[in-house]
Amino acid sequence: MSLIKRGNENGVKSVNRRALIVFGAQAGVAGLLAARLRYLQVDQGAQFRLLAEENRINIRLIPPARGLIFDRNWVLLAENLQNYRIVMVREQAGDVKAVLDRLMEIVPLSPRDHATVLKELRRRAAFVPVTIAERLSWSQLAEVMANAPALPGVTAELGLSRHYPLGPDFAHVVGYVGPVSDFDLKHMNDPDPLLQIPKFQIGKSGVERKLERKLRGFAGTRRIEVNAVGRVMREIDRHEGQPGANVQLTIDNGLQNYMLARLGTELSASAVVIDVRNGDLMAIGSSPSFDPNKFVRGISVPDYKDLTQNPYLPLADKAVQGTYPPGSTFKVMVALAALEAGLVTTDETIFCRGYIDLGKQRFHCWKRAGHGRIDLKNSLKQSCDVYYYEMAQRVGIEKIAAMARRFGLGDRAPLPLNGIAAGRIPTKAWKKRTIGESWRIGDSLNAAIGQGFVQASPLQLALMTARLASGRALAARLLKSIDGVETEIAPAPDLGLSPATLDAVRGGMFAVSNERHGTGYASRIAEKSMLMAGKSGTSQVRRITRKERARGITRNLDLPWKRRDHALFIAYAPFDAPRYATAVVVEHGGGGSHFAAPIARDLLLEALYGGTPPLSAYPRSQRTRIQNERDKLILRDPASVVPAKDRA
Amino acid sequence: MSYLVHNYKAVPSGWRKILYLNWPLILLIVAVSMIGFLMLYSVAGGSIHPWVAPQVKRFGVGFVVMLMVAFVPIWFWRNIAGLAYFISLVLLIGVALFGQVGMGAQRWIDLGPIRIQPSELMKIALVMALAAYYDWLDISKVSRPLWVFLPVLMILVPMALVLKQPDLGTALLLALGGGAVMFMAGVSWIYFAVALAAGGGLVATVMLSRGTSWQLLKDYQFKRIDIFLNPALDPLGAGYHITQSKIALGSGGWAGRGYMQGTQSRLNFLPEKQTDFIFTTLAEELGFVGGASLLLLYILIVAFILMSAYNNRDRFGALLTLGIGMTFFLFFAVNMAMVMGLAPVVGVPLPLVSYGGTAMLVLLIGFGLVQSAHIHRPRRT
Repeated sequence: MSLIKRGNENGVKSVNRRALIVFGAQAGVAGLLAARLRYLQVDQGAQFRLLAEENRINIRLIPPARGLIFDRNWVLLAENLQNYRIVMVREQAGDVKAVLDRLMEIVPLSPRDHATVLKELRRRAAFVPVTIAERLSWSQLAEVMANAPALPGVTAELGLSRHYPLGPDFAHVVGYVGPVSDFDLKHMNDPDPLLQIPKFQIGKSGVERKLERKLRGFAGTRRIEVNAVGRVMREIDRHEGQPGANVQLTIDNGLQNYMLARLGTELSASAVVIDVRNGDLMAIGSSPSFDPNKFVRGISVPDYKDLTQNPYLPLADKAVQGTYPPGSTFKVMVALAALEAGLVTTDETIFCRGYIDLGKQRFHCWKRAGHGRIDLKNSLKQSCDVYYYEMAQRVGIEKIAAMARRFGLGDRAPLPLNGIAAGRIPTKAWKKRTIGESWRIGDSLNAAIGQGFVQASPLQLALMTARLASGRALAARLLKSIDGVETEIAPAPDLGLSPATLDAVRGGMFAVSNERHGTGYASRIAEKSMLMAGKSGTSQVRRITRKERARGITRNLDLPWKRRDHALFIAYAPFDAPRYATAVVVEHGGGGSHFAAPIARDLLLEALYGGTPPLSAYPRSQRTRIQNERDKLILRDPASVVPAKDRA
Repeated sequence: MSYLVHNYKAVPSGWRKILYLNWPLILLIVAVSMIGFLMLYSVAGGSIHPWVAPQVKRFGVGFVVMLMVAFVPIWFWRNIAGLAYFISLVLLIGVALFGQVGMGAQRWIDLGPIRIQPSELMKIALVMALAAYYDWLDISKVSRPLWVFLPVLMILVPMALVLKQPDLGTALLLALGGGAVMFMAGVSWIYFAVALAAGGGLVATVMLSRGTSWQLLKDYQFKRIDIFLNPALDPLGAGYHITQSKIALGSGGWAGRGYMQGTQSRLNFLPEKQTDFIFTTLAEELGFVGGASLLLLYILIVAFILMSAYNNRDRFGALLTLGIGMTFFLFFAVNMAMVMGLAPVVGVPLPLVSYGGTAMLVLLIGFGLVQSAHIHRPRRT
């Protein structure tokens, strides 16, 4: 059988004749279309162009005012400032370059801005207003208006721009806004037409970003009729938008300001203060910080480079994003787990000879000489490692992990902040899953002293301390109210631990701060009604190697900054009626009792007194030194901030 | 028989086929597609997102598919013409039963990773099937009632299915495209005269059915017809499309408002500016000169297709080529007539220019078939 089934030569002729007829018809239709096109465009073109231009109905968006952000006392943290900007419409300007040159005598532009503006003017359609300069001074504005005849197509518009009056204090918590980028548009999947406005400002970090939808509000629209030169002839109708919701945070601006200043005495530190009664976050600080106002306009390249190349990471919110081995602060969890499981009593003593041997491996106590016979209270007070090596073997990692989880470790708090860290509470199953190795008893020993795989953020440690102080499963709260409606305080169920267990561990923490030889004794509170309970932690970044020992490096301070230990301290006060809990981490600071404990004490006192505490709250011998340190702190004048509710 | 078999050996083979492609036609297709990319770029306000990038990708894929189709011998396509028609018909029925509903119409079918519009496939399959039919049918029988009834049925069944979706534009294209193939195959004039009369009667019936329980079109379709006849009825409502598109066209004038400077399209006065109404943007920004040039390019494409068919002595190849040429012609003619207010708004894209994947792919497959017929045409030695 041939591939070609049939060929019919006779038919082809008929195809050709008919095809020509069809083509004739097609050409006829095309001619008709061309004629119609000509009629519409050329003959009636002038009339239609008039229609298009005279009755050009323009829909303009009215950007809503962004919601304000307040602290717990209604002090403004983020506000909208009015500013004037100058826009130019190309088709009205005529000679764009000449007009721009004249304008630049009043409003100087950098060569880069000048080039950007020219490009933008060329790129956009002739009738679209293009912003030339923003944030004009009043005199500049007046001068532009006075010279209006020489500046055709140039008009001034009133706009709102975000301002953060308290600057660096709230850079991490409140965050900042910035112009919407192509990247944002692609990833936000938000059909809001406001986002199409060039340089429209949206939240880029912190509360500004997480509550973007609430803060932004909804656009209004204005239908206007414009004539051929773009002048607005009349407004047809107007639908007012809806301004964004006002947000009140639980943070206290005074305490926050003090915290940032106090943390600033160290190279890199972070802290959290939380209300033990209801979980309100009173202050969240990460130092060094930065000025969020720089981001609002779009930060300059050298400024941004400074921030990203700073080794102390000012852009990161270390209080919630940073995770550290909690060190000895984690012993609190191990003690609770051991007591609750009935595997140790408060009277039982363990003998610490400075180390224990496990197979071929030797685990040291921080005190090489050993603590001798030591009970639970003293194990916390002096932070004996050997005691917790023993507990780890008795209790096992699973029970320790379960206790830690009960206190919120390893868990991401649902707060409107960026990149909240979950930390890590290791279990046997976790290690198998992620590392692929089975759990070893040595891992438990390391975990028991808060080293090895265990990781926690300052926020988690503060919440843990608050839960310990209250005995209830508090949830942290950052939003106090939205548009005046108080946000719910999550119910805090009882942790379900026996009062005896809790009291034993709290007693140990009390001893840390208030008994001689306690690791935190030097940083105690002297005021009898406000005594604090704490626990220090020093988490090893890496061991001092044998080689370094040979070179004579035995002390942490001899190491380069990046390799030094982290200093941690958790505390709450007053001991008998807990009000505030705190966690402080000084990155690569050294010993927790030395470097973090004084900060924790200062923060608790500041919170308890609602301002600068009297020197009488400190031990007599320290008062002169405290006064000196205090004089060096640069704090904001409390009178400079006035609650907005009072102003109104 | 012996003549064709003998000449089959003169048909180019292997990579040499590249030399025998209808290159002017390919250049024209590429040129028109480029105009499409430029317009999509303009419509997006000077950005390759969201339309240009995917469109270029689809064109690239479609172009390769076109070459693959072109290199397969035309007799293979004839042998599977019936099958292609049958599959398209099954898919159309599938859409009617399980299709995706989008924009008030049921047109899409989901086949795992790809979503296709069987009605688009049918445009090509119907032409193929009819060409194969007339190639098979003895020339003396073409005008006998029974042999006319069969192809009419082949046209009417898919048409009815498409109308049910409802997609008036595609139904129209199927009817006119199929009818044109029948006409060019030599079916007697009398039948076409009768069909024309019947069509008139049908239109009358449809219009009379309005408001009755057996209403044949959806309300919005009737409304579109009303407004087509008198756009002033509702200048800011449903007549909006036509009024605004006429204003856009008209304001273009002789030389247009300049590339990317069209106020009508820029200010979002035009609906579906990236798909069915893209011609208005082109005419607004590039004026009569631009619009007429595009029209000229289209007519040149049709003319090259006709020439290819004219020189083709294989009846299937010639009929298929002509049929595809007619389908292509209908695409742009109906679209342009629609935006210029000469035809109701029926939803036919501007071929190779409008944003859309299936239409682009189907057109390029169609051109692939034209090329295949061109390469593998019988030659005198």
